[in-house]
Amino acid sequence: MLLSDKDRIFTNLYGIHDWTLAGARARGDWDGTKALLAMGQDWIVDQVKASGLRGRGGAGFPTGLKWSFMPKTVSDRPHYLVVNADEGEPGTCKDRDMMRNDPHKLLEGCLIAGFAMRAHAAYIYIRGEFYREAERLEAAIAQAEDAGLLGDDACGSGWPFRIYVHRGAGAYICGEETALIQSLEGKKGQPRLKPPFPAGVGLYGCPTTVNNVESIAVVPTILRRGADWFAGIGRDKNSGTKVFCISGHVNTPCNVEEAMSIPLRTLIETHAGGVRGGWDNLLAVIPGGASVPLLPKDICDTVLMDFDSLRDVQSGLGTAAVMVMDKSTDVVAAIARLSDFYQHESCGQCTPCREGCGWMARVMHRLVTGDADIEEIDILEEVTRQVEGHTICALGDAAAWPIQGLIRHFRPELERRIRARKGSSGMVQVQTAAE
Amino acid sequence: MSAAPKTIPGAADRPFAFTAENQAEAERLIAKYPEGRTRSAVLPLLDLAQRQEGWVSRAVVEAVAKMAGVAPIMVWEVATFYTMYNLEPIGRFHIEVCTNLPCWLRGSEDVVRAARDVFGVDIGQTSADGLVTLSQAECLGACVNAPMAQIGDDYYEDLTYDRAKALFTAMKQGRTMHGGSQAGRRCSAPEGTLTTLTTDPTTPEGGRWIADSSPAAPGATADPR
Repeated sequence: MLLSDKDRIFTNLYGIHDWTLAGARARGDWDGTKALLAMGQDWIVDQVKASGLRGRGGAGFPTGLKWSFMPKTVSDRPHYLVVNADEGEPGTCKDRDMMRNDPHKLLEGCLIAGFAMRAHAAYIYIRGEFYREAERLEAAIAQAEDAGLLGDDACGSGWPFRIYVHRGAGAYICGEETALIQSLEGKKGQPRLKPPFPAGVGLYGCPTTVNNVESIAVVPTILRRGADWFAGIGRDKNSGTKVFCISGHVNTPCNVEEAMSIPLRTLIETHAGGVRGGWDNLLAVIPGGASVPLLPKDICDTVLMDFDSLRDVQSGLGTAAVMVMDKSTDVVAAIARLSDFYQHESCGQCTPCREGCGWMARVMHRLVTGDADIEEIDILEEVTRQVEGHTICALGDAAAWPIQGLIRHFRPELERRIRARKGSSGMVQVQTAAE
Repeated sequence: MSAAPKTIPGAADRPFAFTAENQAEAERLIAKYPEGRTRSAVLPLLDLAQRQEGWVSRAVVEAVAKMAGVAPIMVWEVATFYTMYNLEPIGRFHIEVCTNLPCWLRGSEDVVRAARDVFGVDIGQTSADGLVTLSQAECLGACVNAPMAQIGDDYYEDLTYDRAKALFTAMKQGRTMHGGSQAGRRCSAPEGTLTTLTTDPTTPEGGRWIADSSPAAPGATADPR
């Protein structure tokens, strides 16, 4: 069932209405925040757990559970909330719209989440290229401080709380939470080994929780409408609303907030004007940002857009960035472009990723033109397994998965190109003889 | 094609100091971080210095290191790690065309071609008059408005060859450019009729409502403890 406007959270996603505090308040932001805080830390964490909210940054870890890892008492090390606004997963552009058009949802969420984890400060780490969005956030923070919603006595709760905007400087890897912390400390964005986890040793060595923009921005509405309301949308363990980004070969690309577990085909046909040339012109969809394996049309016909449904077809919801490719697409070149991306963005710390991303990209480009041997498809697959799971962070996995998806679903196309090229140079006979 | 500004004599050795206005901004930036954590300001200080100087020179690195209280090498490793720092002078306008998958699927190559046709430069080059440097960018996070390019602090979205050419021509002629969708779209909304968010958001039907059971509801007991 499609979501109705009544159940949408980001009611100014498109910036049609006033983004400032006055406009945000008219839409219900900051309604009863003081009363929500007065319920105490444990109540807030329990509500978020009960809502079934899973992290919206890609990994899908239960948000309330993550918060509960923070120490219950504050030692001499202050607690920090860090918001991951380093949106850069190819295909993903949802946090940008939330920040520029609904900034007060994020700020109110920061206060509630920060209070719940006993923090007095939050840093919003926003990618450096989002300059206008950072300006917007700074302005919204100033409005909230002037109104007493943030500051020494946030919302009259007695809880001092401040939010700071920190701009990155162009590095995809800083979307990884420990690399983000390194970067926030003024260093190169190279991921840290876990454990220790940030909840124990994070920013400045202090207990820290890093959450995606969307995960934080939905919290105030969940507390106002009730955990059961949120939990009632979508399938079990996949609850809530979700902002999807639909890009590529559709008639009307857009961001849209829909119910989790919506069928992929319904999502595309209802909100993005359908696939260019009609559904039967669909070749493949990458359903959750560049890091997840693509799905061929036959799976797209029936798959649901949620964590578990996409996991069951060996892909993932990721950031819910849906990239649509019609039959005109050179699908091998498309994946090769992503391989270039990971090669560019590897931080260079772990050998399998640093060397592997470059190696995989070089082979991928030869596969585009068929300048390879059939056996190299299996060698490439084997190398992706050598990179996957053998690095400090998940960038190595992310570089491996799109290639694995391509081989899994488009091996005949890879082989066809190799055979065609060998045929044109007369080598196909040699191979036939060898067989 | 050469990077014209690089030929400015002595550019690499030019001393650097923040202007009075930027010095105040630098102090505001440093104040965002706890006492003793000035190093956190390295990224924003480098950005501020680059806005003033146009690029990150050796003198910039040393000035930022001094201000952040760290060794220059610690600033160098930051300056060389992140893509937004220009380690050599660039053109007056920096055109960064996203060529990642969502933009590529919708014709980012046409945007690059338009830049080539208007300015005579290829990716990685600066025009002979020093007006523009053309770069290829990785995903800039505006994928449903693809293809797009960042120029300075602004995004230019929903480009086609013709729209990009018109934009670049305006730049070349010194006319005002307007960021955002070049097709007149409102942010990430679908072109044409809206499929969602058609209800007044200040009404319950439009999303402003509180469950009776919520402590935030009017008249609810704020603190049951």
